[in-house]
Amino acid sequence: MTMTLIPIVSIVSTVVLKGYKGIHFGMFTNDMTLASVNDPVQAGGLLHALVGTILMVGGALIISFPIGLLTALYLTEIRGKLARPIKFLVQAMSGVPSIVAGLFILSILVIPVTQELTGLMGSLALSILMIPTIARTAEEMLLLIPNELREAGVALGATQWRTVSGVVVPAAKSGLVTAVILGIARIIGETAPILLVSGGADALNFNPMSGPMGSLPFYIWKAFLTGGTEEAYARAWGGMLILLILIVVLFGLARYLSDRRAV
Amino acid sequence: MTVTENSNNDNNMEKKMQTTKPSSLASVAGNREQRVPGTNLLGTGLETRGVHAWFGTKHVLSDISLDFAAGTVTALIGPSGCGKSTYLRTLNRMHEFIPTAALAGEVLLDGKDIYAPGTDVTKIRLRVGMVFQKPNPFPSMTIGENVLSGLKLAQLKRSNTDELLESCLQRAGLWSEVKDRLGEHGGALSGGQQQRLCIARALAVEPQVLLMDEPCSALDPGSTFRIEQTISELAKSMTIVIVTHNMQQAARVADYTAFFLSDGGPGVMIETAPTSKIFSSPTDKRTEDYVTGRFG
Repeated sequence: MTMTLIPIVSIVSTVVLKGYKGIHFGMFTNDMTLASVNDPVQAGGLLHALVGTILMVGGALIISFPIGLLTALYLTEIRGKLARPIKFLVQAMSGVPSIVAGLFILSILVIPVTQELTGLMGSLALSILMIPTIARTAEEMLLLIPNELREAGVALGATQWRTVSGVVVPAAKSGLVTAVILGIARIIGETAPILLVSGGADALNFNPMSGPMGSLPFYIWKAFLTGGTEEAYARAWGGMLILLILIVVLFGLARYLSDRRAV
Repeated sequence: MTVTENSNNDNNMEKKMQTTKPSSLASVAGNREQRVPGTNLLGTGLETRGVHAWFGTKHVLSDISLDFAAGTVTALIGPSGCGKSTYLRTLNRMHEFIPTAALAGEVLLDGKDIYAPGTDVTKIRLRVGMVFQKPNPFPSMTIGENVLSGLKLAQLKRSNTDELLESCLQRAGLWSEVKDRLGEHGGALSGGQQQRLCIARALAVEPQVLLMDEPCSALDPGSTFRIEQTISELAKSMTIVIVTHNMQQAARVADYTAFFLSDGGPGVMIETAPTSKIFSSPTDKRTEDYVTGRFG
């Protein structure tokens, strides 16, 4: 018990104690285009990083959720001949190091095709990490749906597809929300793939199709690497605190929604 | 003090049960008004010709031929593992839902084999509805949505859904209990109410045959009584086949009773007759042993 608590308490307390100095109201309204490493903490902000993270994670979710859900449905409902190899592949994919996901997109899309670092490329790299998490969680949630419900649907004259879409998926709804949130939590702190394919920027960029895009992990990484000043460190710890809060909120939400499933 | 009282009651109950068996079953069955098959305009009923069933290589049912005349209630009785539930599931092709299942023989609905090539299985299941052992209302839907879910799932169009909702719940004997809470979730109901909700749900697609697989085995006596009333009401307008472990129930609700048995091999149908005859003067010694409680 204490052995597990020590690292958690230590990490959280360090981030909170060092991070609160980097928190100020302006950080949610400014980006870093006009602030340098030597400026006081109150100058500049992480708006561009927050927006970039939300856009890239949102994009990754739009790509990953349908693929992950369809994979899970194939494994639990269709149970075709390919179920075993696909299950193996999903498990193997969840062990892929994140930098490999970044390098993969870099080498098959960015260098030969688009030749531009963009937010969309970041979303694609993150999807590689997100799909297995969503597929595995969704599979477990769908397996929890009792077979009696599928039988009831089919016995009412529904086809298998309508039983799945009208009975099984709605019954698993809150479980699928949990899968989404766990998928987001899996990728929101990823740094390596984003560094490789979305560039990272100090300026606010709302367009994932063009130009580099900042993100919270990139903001932290850059402040540490290029800063070397007291203010830069404060910014980095502040960014970490914001990221940590975001993740805690998401996990709390997932926990709450999965507890409510017993309706 | 209360403990002794309880044990006394139990003893009395047991004595009563012993003295009233088996003649009471026969008299209960005899009290039922005997329906004459084929008098209702409900199609010509359901019949099976030489049905065999397998799970993988295991032969679980052998050569079952039975007639279910339109507008009658038939009970399938027999000890656990004799294949009666499997047989019931062959009647609306739910048997196929189990991946390794196989079947031989014919199941004729209005004279047409429901296993004939080119038959739309979803259409068969609309005509032959089913109620399961465990109440299984859809958890994501309200009471009202549950009743009408069959229309949505099978993509049927009905204009007067409000009337249909009320009439199905009326026929299932649930309307007065839920009419003010149709927007609540089905899970909020008691087990017996949930089972009647499942009956209402099966009725909404207007089947001509209703299969019931031990519909009361998970319910208390009060709920069981309500469901049996419902079955008697429904039998005026449809054909019902019910699997039951409870011989009193068979005697109370069924016009005809079929006795199934397995001696370790595939299940066979030993005897079928009007219910009063099965419980008073069965032809086969094994039927008599079973209905008098000597085994099973």
